[in-house]
Amino acid sequence: MLDPQIIIAGVLNGLLAGGIYVLVAVGLTLIYGVLHIINFAHGSLLMLAMYAVFFLWRLAGLDPYVSLPLVTAGAFAVGFVLYRLVIGRFSHGKDENILLITLGVSIVADNLALLFFGGDTQTIDVPYAGDIIQVGAAFLPLPKVISCGAALLICLVLGLFMTRTDTGKAIRAVARERQGARLVGIDVEHVFAVSYGIGIACLGAAACLLMPTFYVTPQSGYAFVLVAFTIVVLGGMGSFLGAAVGGFLIGITESLGGLFLGEQLGQIGISLIFILILLLKPTGLFGSRA
Amino acid sequence: MPDAPLLEVTGLRAGYGAIEILRGVDLAVAAGEIVALLGSNGAGKSTLNNNLSGLYRPFAGTVRFDGNDITGARSTRIVEAGLVQVPEGRRIFPNLSVRENLELGSYRRGRAARQKNLDRVVAIFPRLKERWTQDAGTLSGGEQQMLAIGRGMMSEPKLLILDEPSLGLSPRLVEEMFALISRLNGEGLAILLVEQNVVQSLAIAHRAYVLEGGVVALSGSARELAEHPGLRKSYLGH
Repeated sequence: MLDPQIIIAGVLNGLLAGGIYVLVAVGLTLIYGVLHIINFAHGSLLMLAMYAVFFLWRLAGLDPYVSLPLVTAGAFAVGFVLYRLVIGRFSHGKDENILLITLGVSIVADNLALLFFGGDTQTIDVPYAGDIIQVGAAFLPLPKVISCGAALLICLVLGLFMTRTDTGKAIRAVARERQGARLVGIDVEHVFAVSYGIGIACLGAAACLLMPTFYVTPQSGYAFVLVAFTIVVLGGMGSFLGAAVGGFLIGITESLGGLFLGEQLGQIGISLIFILILLLKPTGLFGSRA
Repeated sequence: MPDAPLLEVTGLRAGYGAIEILRGVDLAVAAGEIVALLGSNGAGKSTLNNNLSGLYRPFAGTVRFDGNDITGARSTRIVEAGLVQVPEGRRIFPNLSVRENLELGSYRRGRAARQKNLDRVVAIFPRLKERWTQDAGTLSGGEQQMLAIGRGMMSEPKLLILDEPSLGLSPRLVEEMFALISRLNGEGLAILLVEQNVVQSLAIAHRAYVLEGGVVALSGSARELAEHPGLRKSYLGH
């Protein structure tokens, strides 16, 4: 039998990995909640943000944690402008058009990355990459502890923003009642662009937190976004809390699955949990609407 | 009316897509007035409101408000100018608390006086204070109507358009609603009251317009219209 200490270590590692998932999923669920579309460009934009972190490190010598505010702000700007100039303009107010346009953006971004950055795997070297913190019997990689802590902090700040500021309240208002929002003078198109920008800013932050321990190729956004899609559906489409709980749940499942079934087969656990939860609650853990 | 009216609509043509619903509407509301806009379902009342509020752009005609041409302006600018609509069906934010709904009422206009206006709305609708932190979606129909009107008042409007405020309310609440509209007007607020409830609307309004098939079929003082044989025939059945 497995030592309970090992299981605890597995759970802790899963929680740490879950932090990044939460961040990616929160961005996805925010965009879904407000714009009512699945952002198919999510993975590609995460990949681009990871390249941005990589080049800032290689060309300017910036540590990923140092570049975090810069990349996050840059990602917000890219998301905002992308919505204003491309997604909003060409969708003509139809949700199904937005969906196709984000898919198109994703295809273009992937191939541009392949063209300019090549298909090679790129990594960055930071001195603390291999540092370990010992908690009981668990050895926790320092970069993952930092990434999880930072991800939680960012989600907390975002939560306060959504409940305490007028812009945050306007975003939540637009998510459920666009007409009512227009009648109090909220610029709904502007709120769409800001929401999309915030969703992409989450990816910018995630990219900075990932790069110390991960690699980037033109394909590397997909691994995270597939998991993030799972989390968003499992937690309830559009639900912040669902994305947070679902992110950690999937992190732990993945970690324990790896422990019991091995790295390759361990991924099955995610699908099992996913199917099980949707069988019991088809709207997801915190979903209110079908 | 010696001065230029607060709201002046001239020759307004509007509709959805290629379908013209309003076929040249002239209408005015002076400062301090209650003007009733009457008409059966499909007469074009909501189309008129939605064009006045900037949700749609009119095909032709002009809308002047408070000395400015606001024809085809965006809803953000129209709210900013002080022309605010409390829509049919309330359109409150169901996932936000009562307090947050009211706060967003002053999103575009009246933000500086937010706290003062929150107190004022609560004084008028003490019931809302009891529901303060509850999600607005959990309120009863009457409470939601209070919230919608309160949200409209948060922006310190110069003209409030009330679209079917009595719809779906119990007879007792309808009485209260009309008394409240009179009271708000008594404090100096100009109101365009869009209603199917003809008798009670005419009882509190100064003037009225009757919209039929996208044009103004009748207009005049509320007293005249209340006695008008045509109106009595179409709406009161005698």
